[in-house]
Amino acid sequence: MANGGSGSPLAIELSDINKSFGDVHANRNVNLTVVPGHIHGIIGENGAGKSTLVSILYGFYGADSGTIRINGEPTTIRNSADAIGKGIGMVHQHFMLVPNFTVLENVMLGHEGSLSVETSARKAREALNKLSQDFGLAVDPDMIVEDLPVGLQQRVEILKALFRGAEILILDEPTGVLTPLETEQLFDILRALREQGVTILLITHKLKEIMAITDDVSVMRGGEMVAHLQTADTSPAKLAELMVGRKVLLEVDHTPARPGAPVLDVQDLCLTDTAGIDQLKQISMTLREGEIVGIAGVSGNGQSELLDVLSGIIAPTGGRFAVGTNEVTANATSNPAELRDFGVAHVPEDRHKCGIVLPFSAAESMILGYSGSDEQDGGWWLSPSRLEESCASRMKEFDIRPPIPKLQSANFSGGNQQKIVLAREISTQPKLLLVGQPTRGVDIGAIEFIHKQLIALRNEGCAILLVSVELDEIMSLSDRILVMNNGHIVGELAREDADETALGLMMAGIGVDEKDSRSVTGATS
Amino acid sequence: MADLWLQFLLTIDATLRVATPLILCAMAGIFSEKSGVIDISLEGKMLMSAFVAAAVATLTSSAIAGMFAAIGVAIMLGLLHGLASITLRGNQVISGLAINILASGLTVTVGIAMFQQGGQTPSLARAERFRPIELPFAEQLGGIPIIGTIYREVISGHNILVWIALGAVLFTAFMLTRTRFGLRLRAVGEKPEALDSAGVSVARTRYLALIIAGVLCGMAGAYLSTAHGSGFVREMTAGKGYIALAAMIFGKWQPRGALLACLLFGFLEAVASRLQGVELPLIGQAPVDLILALPYLLTVILLAGFVGKAMPPRAIGEPYIKER
Repeated sequence: MANGGSGSPLAIELSDINKSFGDVHANRNVNLTVVPGHIHGIIGENGAGKSTLVSILYGFYGADSGTIRINGEPTTIRNSADAIGKGIGMVHQHFMLVPNFTVLENVMLGHEGSLSVETSARKAREALNKLSQDFGLAVDPDMIVEDLPVGLQQRVEILKALFRGAEILILDEPTGVLTPLETEQLFDILRALREQGVTILLITHKLKEIMAITDDVSVMRGGEMVAHLQTADTSPAKLAELMVGRKVLLEVDHTPARPGAPVLDVQDLCLTDTAGIDQLKQISMTLREGEIVGIAGVSGNGQSELLDVLSGIIAPTGGRFAVGTNEVTANATSNPAELRDFGVAHVPEDRHKCGIVLPFSAAESMILGYSGSDEQDGGWWLSPSRLEESCASRMKEFDIRPPIPKLQSANFSGGNQQKIVLAREISTQPKLLLVGQPTRGVDIGAIEFIHKQLIALRNEGCAILLVSVELDEIMSLSDRILVMNNGHIVGELAREDADETALGLMMAGIGVDEKDSRSVTGATS
Repeated sequence: MADLWLQFLLTIDATLRVATPLILCAMAGIFSEKSGVIDISLEGKMLMSAFVAAAVATLTSSAIAGMFAAIGVAIMLGLLHGLASITLRGNQVISGLAINILASGLTVTVGIAMFQQGGQTPSLARAERFRPIELPFAEQLGGIPIIGTIYREVISGHNILVWIALGAVLFTAFMLTRTRFGLRLRAVGEKPEALDSAGVSVARTRYLALIIAGVLCGMAGAYLSTAHGSGFVREMTAGKGYIALAAMIFGKWQPRGALLACLLFGFLEAVASRLQGVELPLIGQAPVDLILALPYLLTVILLAGFVGKAMPPRAIGEPYIKER
């Protein structure tokens, strides 16, 4: 890629970076050049090596071979302190903030400049005020970080990097936890930073973000750099193709739904957790055969709890719900097996925690929860050969690769692990399928497949409740969309009426004050 | 009335003496645990340093030399705990337990080999022990009612380690809240990756915490055998390390809370020994055994988490591993 012809050296120049973890070649002869003052995107699927590359740049790992130049100077970065010394700052995907510290304490941590905390705090406060003014990044320095909304916590991360003198800012998947509105605000901040001459390296798997904000983009696939482009010269379809290595259908083939009889009926469902916090507040909804209902919302607004209650993992503390004629009332003993017998299947949000057992073979993970079914002779004895046989046929049906039933579940990629869970749950021909984050950490190719499966299942008459933080996914799959905020369902939109702005406002809880007052009465009942 | 007052003062005085090793150990525990390292090896470190302090004091005829040797050995054990649990990422409870077992066995074995007295060290002479420091005019002022008697009975007549223990509480509070090291220490116990990404070594910070804990434990051990007692007796810590741990948890990992909890434990023990053989109205013979057992019962209850909701450092017990 050309260096814009100017005399100033490149901000970052990586040549022939290699890094292996055991047998996995995470980075293979990676080259990257970043022009100062540009927003440079790196896009690629999960496991493409993006995070490894920036971790090398920030000193979390050493590269096995290759050279790094920062502002034209050859550099070795052994640890984060080195990187910070070279003017590199990083906003991690999972925030590196001490939750019970104040904003100020977090900002100065590791960069105190004095043995006495008081002296450091005074200096940091001044610097913070100045940064806030220069970049329009206002945060109250005395707030406890865990009390701040996610968007502001991320702002603290950015301030932290700037406080340390960062001229190159790396952001690793920064929008995963943000509402569309917060994402817009973040992009405004990034544009302002660019104007002040900060070089930004944006790591993402979202095509839309690359198109919206970057000047240049590099594409990674399977540990290698496959393309360096100027954003203006490319298109989402072309980038997707580069990422996956083949043509990809970005749009889901969505035919109108033909809803039938009600399958799930939820009335005033409430959940108060053991800490006394109301997680679900008077949730009511109905799901019919042959429709997909999407639940949009920023994660942590009750969606996970809703799935837990409906799948029988947690008993509700108020209200009731019914699957067909089978009713579950408040404070009944939680029993996922019973719900399964009612015809409810569940693809959990966190497949590593609840979906599969990583050290189990694929065949074993494929029967979790169904080991007592008829297929397994009533469940007393397991027949490994039979397990593997049925697993092999499902692997073929769901295109799970590699198709080896004996292989440990941990050794499959995220997409294939998700397909194992999906195959297991779908094959029981459920009346109601609860799906949480079906494509989190799943590559584009597998996303396409999973989406097709969900639509096909719907067309066969299954009712599907879809929870996802990916708005695009909700909008492209759902027939109706419910929005959750702070434990409430704050609104419903038909497929045709849903757009990002409308959903984003609802997700942020704007214009839902009256519902909040209702929750007070709901909580006491 | 005056007699009762004197009895009360003597009990308070004894409380301080009994609580001293607990306070030192609890402060040690705060350093270790705030850094995210579970420290049940307080017991073993204290026992081993009690032995080393007495042995070295015997051999060199110097209590000070004994104490520095005790501090040295407690630091070594702390570093061993660090090696197992920080560098090698082993289980911190198992590592601590191993140190306790090691100390229990090694003190007796080495003691028998060195002194042939069934695991005890020879009784220490006056010069080989930390002596009480009589404050000026204690006797003269002792005649003044209340204030004078408090001065004579409670404040005067303690050895230097009692004062060091109280100083350690101030030191701990100051270190935690007012210094750069304290900020990093609290951060590493809550979210080590935040410290790492800020360019500060997680392992270094935790090792430093364990070294400070070793210094404090070493002094606690030296106090037991060369100040409070006059020689090492096998298993002389008798669970005081665990009691200190309980006090620290009861005090919610805060120096002030831990101090108060240690004083409470000390008070119970002091009362028990005061009441030895005393006839109480209505009850009759004082149930000394029961009162002596109280600190231990309280420890079990506290460690089981029955009292209040304690908020331990969030990253406690987890070895720090850089994620992929």
